[in-house]
Amino acid sequence: MWYPLEIMSKSGAYFDNASTTPVRPEVLRAMMPYFRERYGNPSNLYTYGREAKQAIFESTAKIAKALNCMPGEIVFTGSATEADNLALAGVARANRDKGNRIIISGVEHKGIVAVGEALKKDGFEVISIPVGKDGLVDLDILKKELNDKTILVSVTMADSETGTLQPIREISEIIGDLYGPTATSPSSARRSVSHSASSRSTLVAASTVEVAVGHSREYPLFHTDASQAAAYANIDVRKLGVDLMTISAHKLGGPKGVGALFVRKGVNINPIIHGGGQQGRLRSGTENVPAIVGFGVAMELNRKENKSESARIKKLRDRLEKGIFKTIPKVVLNGHSSKRLPNFCNISILDIEGEALLLHLDEHRIMINTGSACNSESLEPSYVLSALGNPYEFIHGSIRFTLGKTTAAKDVEYVLAHLPAIVEELRRISPLDLSLDQKSRMSDPKAFIGNQTPHFLRKKKSGTSH
Amino acid sequence: MTTKRKQKPDVVNQYTGNSWAYSKEVREHFFKPKNLLWENPKSATKYDAQGIVGSPACGDVMRVWLKIDGKKDKITDFKWRTFGCASAIAATSMLSVMVTEKDGMGIEKALKIRPQDIIKRLHGLPDRKIHCSVLGDKALRAALNDWFKKTGQFDRVIVEGTRIIDPNTKVTEADIEEAVLEGATTLEAVQKKTKVGIGYPECIHTVEELIRFYREKYFGPDSK
Repeated sequence: MWYPLEIMSKSGAYFDNASTTPVRPEVLRAMMPYFRERYGNPSNLYTYGREAKQAIFESTAKIAKALNCMPGEIVFTGSATEADNLALAGVARANRDKGNRIIISGVEHKGIVAVGEALKKDGFEVISIPVGKDGLVDLDILKKELNDKTILVSVTMADSETGTLQPIREISEIIGDLYGPTATSPSSARRSVSHSASSRSTLVAASTVEVAVGHSREYPLFHTDASQAAAYANIDVRKLGVDLMTISAHKLGGPKGVGALFVRKGVNINPIIHGGGQQGRLRSGTENVPAIVGFGVAMELNRKENKSESARIKKLRDRLEKGIFKTIPKVVLNGHSSKRLPNFCNISILDIEGEALLLHLDEHRIMINTGSACNSESLEPSYVLSALGNPYEFIHGSIRFTLGKTTAAKDVEYVLAHLPAIVEELRRISPLDLSLDQKSRMSDPKAFIGNQTPHFLRKKKSGTSH
Repeated sequence: MTTKRKQKPDVVNQYTGNSWAYSKEVREHFFKPKNLLWENPKSATKYDAQGIVGSPACGDVMRVWLKIDGKKDKITDFKWRTFGCASAIAATSMLSVMVTEKDGMGIEKALKIRPQDIIKRLHGLPDRKIHCSVLGDKALRAALNDWFKKTGQFDRVIVEGTRIIDPNTKVTEADIEEAVLEGATTLEAVQKKTKVGIGYPECIHTVEELIRFYREKYFGPDSK
């Protein structure tokens, strides 16, 4: 199980593409000149500055093409988390006079959940819509929770743990029909406002004009976090009917440290970072030029390969999943079996703990992730998997395989060759013998040996003092 | 009160240069667990006592099987199984070594093993993982209780958490844990609730250790 360094650096089966992906060679090549040669600050008028500005302009155009939006509707951020923060906090603060209700889903990324918590302290009402056992947002509850105080709805396109795809278009239509059916469909009337001016500076001001038409049609706005979905799903913002959308470069072969928020022209939004007024005042701070260049190339490659890659990855994922279910007893699939990103496979292997499995797999150079409490900084089991109605016993044994551009058939075979033996060994260490059909009763407090309450539940009960 | 956290150095793998979040000892006991019960015992009498603590929902379950020399009042064999993360598995394995090395450990001594003792032998655990190893000593005490009951030594049965910290006020370890859970995370706050150590300052050090331990267990290593 010990490999010399030379072998290790080359081999290794990486199955954590939902965490991050390697930068693609084409992307890296495109980025390189912007570190040493064309290092100018895009805010400056002289040659170097103009070169950098031009690079951003071209990159923005590539991303706009992938999203089917105008370049002026893209704002670069330092991460998807920042884009999520900008979407929620920026919209909330700019539209306080229109209402104070924000609706999110129960499977959002922490970037949404945490900013929602912060907004609650500012007097906003943040409602979380539960998901069903299949991982899909409950649309009936969503409909009930929508009211005239609602200024924003944010539902992830695909959550980062199970990759379950939410019905974004359908949600957009529900929101559009909120105040009675309109003569035109929401995507044509409400969403694609004007394609004329593309200047970013009009972004903030434009909204006031539209509000005059009638306040009701404009709100709630609709945001989706497509960080995970962008590599494999349709991210045409007009077709989806979204007002705001988060994307991230490093989830699709781009560099870390750059995300972007699509902000439909006309959306009233405030910046959350203040300074020199870059990017139409919506995101101050010198643009990360090399990363933005890399982002553009990654998006362009992704747009071209999206379909064929999706098919290739799905085949590999299905082979992996079927292989696991065939060779290992007592395994449960987490998330939706079909409405799911093609690169996600999240399963719970009963009787063993995710972190222990992660480390054993790592010894074989297989890199996966887990929703187990032990693996998280907070020592709490995955709230996304909890939201699906899974008992904690299942979540502790959850592991997530996420495939990517660099995943090959041999990687899948390699996993299938090693995983069953590792699971068997860990099950021999474990004193448990849970059964699949116990699912509903298991987390009943009475089932706890020694009447112990899990530490993560105890903490919640009284954890306000620190 | 600010506690300065000691940054525990990651161990660098001699072959790969990769660092590992756990110490060499944890790694050794995790990948090559000692005294593991590989096969279920064929007869119910093969082991003298058994104990189990934890819950699958919590993410940690430990089960312990003991062989005991009644005449010498000594543990002669310690077998175990653990459901949990690397530190939980390694901590139980290390505990089994501590109890069985040098021809076994006297019961009185074994009853006094604290989580901190196991952590010390493991050359530390990542701060956020410290709660995991707490269960090892509890499983051992549960098994010893089983032995006490089987052999009619009812006066020796220990109800978990009833270790008396302050003989004057009869404050127990469980009382301190409860106080911390209720938000008393400093000595002053715990004393306000329990009066521990006010007439018996000798126990203050132990109380402070317990407060820190339970504070980190329930509120995380960065809590104050």
